Order: sequence, then C-alpha cells, then structure tokens
Amino acid sequence: MPTLGADMEAGTLVEWLRHPGDTVKRGDIIAVVDTQKGAIEIEVFEDGMLDKTIVQPGEKVPVGAVLALIRGTGPKEAAAAPSSTIPPAPTIAAGRAQPVAADHAPSIAALHPQAPERLRVSPVARKLAADLGVDLSRVAGTGAQGAITREDVERAGAAPIPPTPRTAAQPAERAAAMRTAIAVAMARSKREIPHYYLSTTIDMSAALAWLRAANEKRPVTERLLPAVLLIKAVALALREVPQLNGYWADGAFKPGGGIHVGAAISLRGGGLVAPALHDADKADLTTLMRMLQDVVGRARAGSLRSSEFTDPTITVTNLGDQGVESTFGIIYPPQVALVGFGKISARPWIGPAGIEARPLVTATLSADHRATDGHRGGVFLATIERLLQKPEQL
Amino acid sequence: MTPDEIKQAVVEALSKIAPEIQPGAIDSKTNVRDQFDIDSMDFLNFVLALHARLGVDVPETDYPRLYTVDDAVAYLVAKTGTAPARGSSKSGA
Repeated sequence: MPTLGADMEAGTLVEWLRHPGDTVKRGDIIAVVDTQKGAIEIEVFEDGMLDKTIVQPGEKVPVGAVLALIRGTGPKEAAAAPSSTIPPAPTIAAGRAQPVAADHAPSIAALHPQAPERLRVSPVARKLAADLGVDLSRVAGTGAQGAITREDVERAGAAPIPPTPRTAAQPAERAAAMRTAIAVAMARSKREIPHYYLSTTIDMSAALAWLRAANEKRPVTERLLPAVLLIKAVALALREVPQLNGYWADGAFKPGGGIHVGAAISLRGGGLVAPALHDADKADLTTLMRMLQDVVGRARAGSLRSSEFTDPTITVTNLGDQGVESTFGIIYPPQVALVGFGKISARPWIGPAGIEARPLVTATLSADHRATDGHRGGVFLATIERLLQKPEQL
Repeated sequence: MTPDEIKQAVVEALSKIAPEIQPGAIDSKTNVRDQFDIDSMDFLNFVLALHARLGVDVPETDYPRLYTVDDAVAYLVAKTGTAPARGSSKSGA
C-alpha cells in the first residue's frame, strides 16, 4: 500500500485491474485503492510479472503493507510492489496520535521484518489477525517451524468472516476521513517544520496583457488561466533555486527527482488535494493548462493516480479566486516549501508616471528553515517576479 | 433553439460543474460565481460546456456577460441567432 501523502495511513483495496500472470510495465495502473482522498489508481513502479495478489478487494491495510508480489526481470527476484520503490513517508510518528494506526498496530509491525520477532507469522496471517482481533500469542502455529499461517488465524478467530467487499466510502464518511487526514498532516507540519514566511507584491500587467492577447487568438478549448503562468513561473524559478524543490527526510534535504508542482485543489463539499503536475518546468503553457484541467477534473471526480500523490516536490496554492489578497500556507510534509498566490487585483503601484492602478498579485513563500534560509527564499520569490515580467518566455 | 432550451442548457452546464446545485434553487439574477463558489477553472469549464452544447465560443472579454443566468441566456440567445420574441415584440419595425 503506497503512501499517497503524509496524511495517509491506510487504504482499502477496491479492485485489481491486472491479474496474476500478467506482464506489467512501470506506470501501468494495476489496482484501485479507496482512501480519504477518493479512489486512487495505483501505478506499478517496476517492470515485471504480477506474481501474486496478497490483499484482496474489500480489505483495508495500512500504508506499507505488501499488496502484491511482482516478479522482476531478474531470474528469481520477487519484489514487493508497488510500495518498495516509493520513497517511504517519513516515519509516521503516529501510533499515539492516530486511531487508524492504532487499529493496525500489529500489521504495521509486520512491515519491519528485520525487527526481532518472537513469533513466526506470515504477513497475511498477521494482517488477518489484526483484522479479526486475534491475539497471535495465543495461536498455535501449524506451518513450517511452527509458523502461524492464515488458516491458523482463521481457526482462532471467533468467526472467520471474509471481508465484505465494498466499493467506495460514502461521501459524508469520506469528507470526515479527509478532514482527519488533513488534520494529521497539518498538525505534523506545524509540529515538525520550522516555517519561515516571505511575501512580495508582483506587477502582473505584462503577464495579463500577454495572456489576454494570447487567449484572443485561442479557441475556448485552448484558453489559458493566469494560474498556469504562475505555476510555470514557480517551476522555472525552482531550476534556479533547487534548494526549495524536494523533501526533508532523515535529517537532511533530498532534492526532488524533477520539478513536480503540487497544485492545491479544493474539493466541493470540503477538503483539499494537491496532486503533482509532473515536470511542470518542461511543459509549455498549453500543455500545462491541459494537465491542470485534467488533474482538477479528476481530483473533483475522485480518480487521481498514486504518483500524483507521492511525487509533488513543492505545493502551489492559489486562493485568489476567493478574493483574498495573500495566503500563508502550511507546508505539506515532507516537502520544504509552499508558494501562495492571492487574488490578482488592481491596486496602486508606483510606475514611471507616478501612482497608477495596476493588476498586482501577492506571492508568498512558506519554507522549511531546516532546508533553507530566508535569503534563499527571497531570491526565489524575486526570480518568480522576474520571470512573470517576460510572459512570452514562460 | 428557444430561449427556454438555452436556459436549460445553461442550468445543465452549471449543474455539471457544481453537482450539488438544485436547478430550482438558482437565483437567475445573482452572480453564479458567488452563488455557487465557482472559481476560474470552474468558470472556464462552464464556458467549455456551453461551447460543446451550443457551439458558441465566448471570448474572454464577454465572460462578465455570463455571470448571471438571465444575462447568460440573453447573451447566448443573441449569439446563437435565436430570434426570441421578435414576432411578439412591440418594436417590430
């Protein structure tokens, strides 16, 4: 079960889209998992052959649990997938804080086979025991070397009821779960990340004039929103200031493998997701606009992909449409920065001819002081401002 | 297409963006963006839905003319060349 964000602890397998024996390629969607963020399509991270599915539809398992085995291209190598290659979420210091994790404490322990264990228990059996509430220390193992098998656990469980397959959580239930997930992630951010905040006002005259002219020539299906210019400017600025693009993990900054901008998207009915626009710095504006439309549509329909949750290397939030002038965001761990844009509105500006009304936007940066200092953050915001003055080069 | 059909198309386009909208609860004189918490991406999708349904490509400069349902219907009636109550109009000359 891949972690689809720092706020995710468990997921319910909805269905397998590929079956044992199928050949799978990196990027293939092999399963659908239901989470607080909606149904998410799980992608494979390695080429190989789907050997065995371990978690069955309807089962809820914690992050890190093995969903299936994928036999790699090497002769006898069986790799756990897809969680094996996803950068592990920084240790969920959760057991205490989160009820969900507590429910699954036994199976979380199963994720660390190197830890000393008193009992020989197969992961499946351990998971089943957790689900059925069976105390493993009271189960007699009948497997090899006295290992406790799934069958042993089933026998020990009062009534071994197979898990009821269910498709997706009800909207109200999901909204509540998402609220909890956001609470966990944001509380963790404020507990662990020493934020610093910077703000600057950017003249958007050139950018909006360029956009207006460009949109006049474009059919409605290819029209651009100002948000696309802002996101592109952030992505390009990160090339110059890569220290803000990546993660804080294990006491050090780890640069992102690409510039994957998480676009904060509010959902109708409450809640928020920030899926990745992959390689946003390399996409031209038309492509980036399509990517944004696609991801907003799928976020609101509840069908995002696993990589979109795991990959963002920075988040951009644009609360402008709600009419606020500026937003000081909370960093989404383990990222190290969040850029906020307020509403683009006509405000006084000192130009060559004195005071003029110009469209301005307040850009803010929330950054992790462990990874960077204010000077670096200031250079970054200044770079965004500079880039937005030459919209034709974005 | 009659003005009623166009109004229905407008309401359907809105419902697509904000599924919680009850068609009967729409105030046709109030800005839909405030009424239904519609952001710029939603609004673009609204314009796209109208384009798909009615074949009208609304230029950006005309977006403000779509802000209320009544205004949008009037604008789209003119754009689609529907002659609404022209026969019954007093200024028939």
